[in-house]
Amino acid sequence: MSSSIASSKKLFSIYKLPGFNFIAITCFVMLYAPIMILVGYSFNEGSSLALWEGFSLRWYYSAWQNEAVKDATLLSLIIALQASLYSTVLATMAALGTTRTRAFRGQTAIYAMINQPLMVPEIVTAVALLIVFATIKQATGYQGLSYLVIAHTAFCVPFAYLPIRARLEDMDRSLEIAAADLYATPWRCFRRVTLPLLLPGILAGAMLAFVISLDDVVITEFVKSAGQDTLPTFMLGQIRRVITPEMNAIASALLAVSVLMVSLIFLINRKKT
Amino acid sequence: MPDDSPSLSKYELAARKQQTRRNLLLCSPALIVLLLAASGPLLVMLFYSFLKSGNYGGVVYEFSLDGWLNVFLVRDIFDDVLKVADAHLSVFWRSIKLSAMTTFTCLVIGFPTAYFIATRPRESRNFWLFLITIPFWTNLLIRTFAILELIRNNGIVNNLLTDLHIIEQPIQMMYTDFAIMIGMTYVYLPLMILPLYASMEKLDFRLVEAAYDLYATRIRVLRRVIIPLIKPGIVAGSILVFIPSLGAFVTPRVLGGGKNLMLGNLIELQFGQGRNWPLGAALSITLLFIVMATLLLYVRYSQKGGVQHEQ
Repeated sequence: MSSSIASSKKLFSIYKLPGFNFIAITCFVMLYAPIMILVGYSFNEGSSLALWEGFSLRWYYSAWQNEAVKDATLLSLIIALQASLYSTVLATMAALGTTRTRAFRGQTAIYAMINQPLMVPEIVTAVALLIVFATIKQATGYQGLSYLVIAHTAFCVPFAYLPIRARLEDMDRSLEIAAADLYATPWRCFRRVTLPLLLPGILAGAMLAFVISLDDVVITEFVKSAGQDTLPTFMLGQIRRVITPEMNAIASALLAVSVLMVSLIFLINRKKT
Repeated sequence: MPDDSPSLSKYELAARKQQTRRNLLLCSPALIVLLLAASGPLLVMLFYSFLKSGNYGGVVYEFSLDGWLNVFLVRDIFDDVLKVADAHLSVFWRSIKLSAMTTFTCLVIGFPTAYFIATRPRESRNFWLFLITIPFWTNLLIRTFAILELIRNNGIVNNLLTDLHIIEQPIQMMYTDFAIMIGMTYVYLPLMILPLYASMEKLDFRLVEAAYDLYATRIRVLRRVIIPLIKPGIVAGSILVFIPSLGAFVTPRVLGGGKNLMLGNLIELQFGQGRNWPLGAALSITLLFIVMATLLLYVRYSQKGGVQHEQ
């Protein structure tokens, strides 16, 4: 098929539709141009977002020197690491409990619950969490990070769950049956056979959860106590004030992390096939 | 399952029971966390929507329907008469209007793009898909910020146009409905392209070829063959764009400013300066209800044979 598409440029092609290629290419350019410009100007020497005054890492340095940015980055990382770790463990267990098994009572309800954060608009979840956590904060006086960690963990569960479940469903049972035939205990069989086979899925799930937690704005904005800004909520606050290329630098750094993670996930998933 | 016969031995039944117990046990930690920080809070919010609003935010634990009444009605301060809340209605209308416009724009741009990817040689399709997936997984706030830098008064577009002497004064694009729509289209476009592609990948081009053999024009092939076959993808993509647009919060807040509120921003206001928690809760549940109704319609549609074309 590929050759027929390539060679039929001049001839009549059943694949071509007028204007479609043009719109498609425009679409790709449109998707990337704003991001490219944003990243480009983070390297601008001057403070203008319109005038290019030469290459410099000035704004990265200035962001690095900014205490508020440092604190926000640290907090983002602490929360994202915890949330991705917890949600991946929870999601792995849930995936083991819901795949490769006979349909059981309550399975649909479990699916619905796990996928709930994907279906309910984020603002609704955020407001509901605000109501509950604000009441608890008032009652107990505890204002710590745990609220953010548990909120992020719950929100990340479906994102971690989906790749793990997909991997499990594709996995061949025969190796595990062979292990059991060779008198491996169920635990040993899980440790030495299932887990290693499942690892790429778990890794992809954990990275996805990490990215989702790192990028989350809405839930964090509503759940955080005073002084608990993560990088995205810090950015949201700054956008309403004066915007300097420092923001471009922060955004570009965050963007780099996401792109790196997503590329890795893509590679992991591709190896499988 | 072949072994679902009614005559199961006692041993097998016990084994099944044990397996189910094991499954539930494995799922329970995740379910507990989700109950604490996802499903449970929704129920608490439903409860709060029926309470009286406190003077300084929060609630007073007394039953009241004011929260729900306030979704569409306001009590006049002077003569206590209930009137239609025009401000809220206009926010609802703007949310629905902008979401519909965003969905349509995404479809117009996304359809040719998905078609383009689906007609690439098999080996390079993954690459094009990857290009769509990357923006999809990157930070929504950053992508909105990128649009902000483009369309600001002293942003790139305006500066370019002024430098080229096409315009004298910068065009005010920020803080308009147009800005929100551009932003949402940019942010949610991948959500349209991915399901469209999933449908198109399965498109049987022999049917297209047959149509051409029968002297159909390109437009006719598109209208009578391709679009009907892709319809499930069109519906899925539209739903996937419409729903998050309706609940959008970050994009309208950054690009729409304080005046052009969408539902998400109206909800936020009730927990900030406005301080009417029951109203905020009622508005959230209304939004959730609209979203669930849309999803339900979609499920009904796909069960009623909306996907009959898929092999």
